[in-house]
Amino acid sequence: MPPVLEVRELVKQYPGVRAVDGVSFSIAEGQCFGLLGPNGAGKTTTVEIMEGVTQPTSGEVLYRGDPIGAGFRADAGIQFQKTALQDFLTVRETLSLFTRLYPRRREVDELIRICALEQVENRDNRKLSGGQMQRLLLAIALANDPRVLFLDEPTTGLDPQARHNFWELIRSIKAEGRTVLLTTHYMDEAYELCDVIAIMDSGRIIAEGPPSRLLEDHFDDVVLELPREDFRGEPAAFPLPVLVASDRIEISTGDVEGALQALLRQGVPLKRLRIRPRNLEDLFLELTGRELRT
Amino acid sequence: MNLGRLLAVWHARNLEFLRDRSTLIFNFLFPLALVVAFAVIFGGQPRALFKVDVIAPPAAALDSALHPFIGTRYVDFVRIGADESDTAIRKVERHQVDLLLDLRGEPRYWINEDSPKGYLAERLLLESDAGGATRVPVTGAAVRYVDWLLPGILGMNMMFSCLFGVGYVVVRYRKSGFLRRLSATPVTAFEFGAAQVLSRLLLTVSVTALLYGALALFVPFRNEGSVLLLLLVAVAGALAMIAFGFMMAARFASEELANGAINLASWPMMLLSGVWFSLEGAPAWLQAVAKALPLTQMLDAARAVMLDGAGPVAVLPHLGWLAAMTMLFLGIAAAGFRWRAD
Repeated sequence: MPPVLEVRELVKQYPGVRAVDGVSFSIAEGQCFGLLGPNGAGKTTTVEIMEGVTQPTSGEVLYRGDPIGAGFRADAGIQFQKTALQDFLTVRETLSLFTRLYPRRREVDELIRICALEQVENRDNRKLSGGQMQRLLLAIALANDPRVLFLDEPTTGLDPQARHNFWELIRSIKAEGRTVLLTTHYMDEAYELCDVIAIMDSGRIIAEGPPSRLLEDHFDDVVLELPREDFRGEPAAFPLPVLVASDRIEISTGDVEGALQALLRQGVPLKRLRIRPRNLEDLFLELTGRELRT
Repeated sequence: MNLGRLLAVWHARNLEFLRDRSTLIFNFLFPLALVVAFAVIFGGQPRALFKVDVIAPPAAALDSALHPFIGTRYVDFVRIGADESDTAIRKVERHQVDLLLDLRGEPRYWINEDSPKGYLAERLLLESDAGGATRVPVTGAAVRYVDWLLPGILGMNMMFSCLFGVGYVVVRYRKSGFLRRLSATPVTAFEFGAAQVLSRLLLTVSVTALLYGALALFVPFRNEGSVLLLLLVAVAGALAMIAFGFMMAARFASEELANGAINLASWPMMLLSGVWFSLEGAPAWLQAVAKALPLTQMLDAARAVMLDGAGPVAVLPHLGWLAAMTMLFLGIAAAGFRWRAD
């Protein structure tokens, strides 16, 4: 059986910039696939080519083995990163408009319940909060009861509470067996939600696989974090490599006991010490030499 | 084409417009205020000049050598073609022209016995004319300026409503990304366009009909023809102008650019279409350009119905021209339509 979505050697050339530079991957049925990377990495362009709203310079996108066409549009649910809706319509009317555009559709009441929009269903959609708006855009993406769902940075700009609520929504959608393609620049979001991730940078995929396996492949150590002011002495003189960030220092090591003893020898107070496993942010830094959110 | 999808987009657009109170009120009040103002200002006052249409032999210059009456000061002599004599006689009947002089062969003139200005123009003619031309008397009530202006005002309001109401809105949808969102659904460009056109058609024809009714109470005006035929003329004219607006909006992604382009198109259309004044006496090429414009076609048809009581057959060429323009504009718009801003 062919994968639900397959991307082959995708290239998008804009004047002066190659936004997507030979990207290939495939997504299996029921999988949540995460496309990660900093702003400007080419995630949105890649996704929009997959959605059929942007034409690639070269390469192709296959939906269940065929080029994307009418069948794909009927099956796909899309949440764009930025979308304006029609003015003067309420949440309910907006959902009614979009459900009526598809042959297979969900009931408006059901969409309102799934996306927890009961409180605002009769509100003008221009008067929604950030989290409410994202939930409405998700409800629109679900209007045609999609088999494959595209979510382009759905939680950007949301507060932590709204983000966690949104994650719960995505988990329940995943549980229904739908295939999801998620782009994000939040590594924790990708780690929480995705079965497979591909990390993009400058239009290319630089790593791909299940998040835990990617971390295992690249790291066999943990990170000791200390507030910057607690670290005494010269970082360069310390026996282990020390990464100095603005407000903290990070020591990466496979030998936690040895590192702790070295710190104690220097008289560093360990009260505020934190030991954490490696995460996708570290992986991105390791792969590109750059911080993710700069 | 899918009618359900078309109706969904149509319905949403109607709701948007009806709830945008400021725009709705402006659409209704602006032309109303204009007509009332003009009725007050121009009510029954005569125009300052005498106007005389002249049919002359092709080779002859229009001067006092041809006829001593020509050259009289404060009289506006306008040369018309031999084939326009019927139109000119009707104008004499409606007091739009004070006198018609035919200088081919034995001089003849037409005069409206109900017209005070006609009476004076005739005195001037007899004063200058020793030979004596043959008098052809006609009768008929005057067409007040407001009667002549009213179709023009309604037509102009329709034009702005059609051009901006579709053009500007579609460009705004494109710029905001709403069109891009729709492009990811099964809606086709034709369904989207048809929904916009039909929504605006319903709106603009309803507003015009309401205005027509309201004006009938405020400023009693003249309609010699069928109201139903007038409605048909309005629908045909609105379709052509909406299609024109849609064509203007097919590609632009900036409201400022669309605004400029639509203004650039609408002002010449307004000036050349005879909303405010008749283009008689203007250069032939300019009149030809004016004739090609949808607003001119609609106004000519509407005035023919309202002032002359023209029937369906008489306005058929206008309706045909409007239908052809609608097709042309929509075809160009659909071929060049862009869903996204970049």
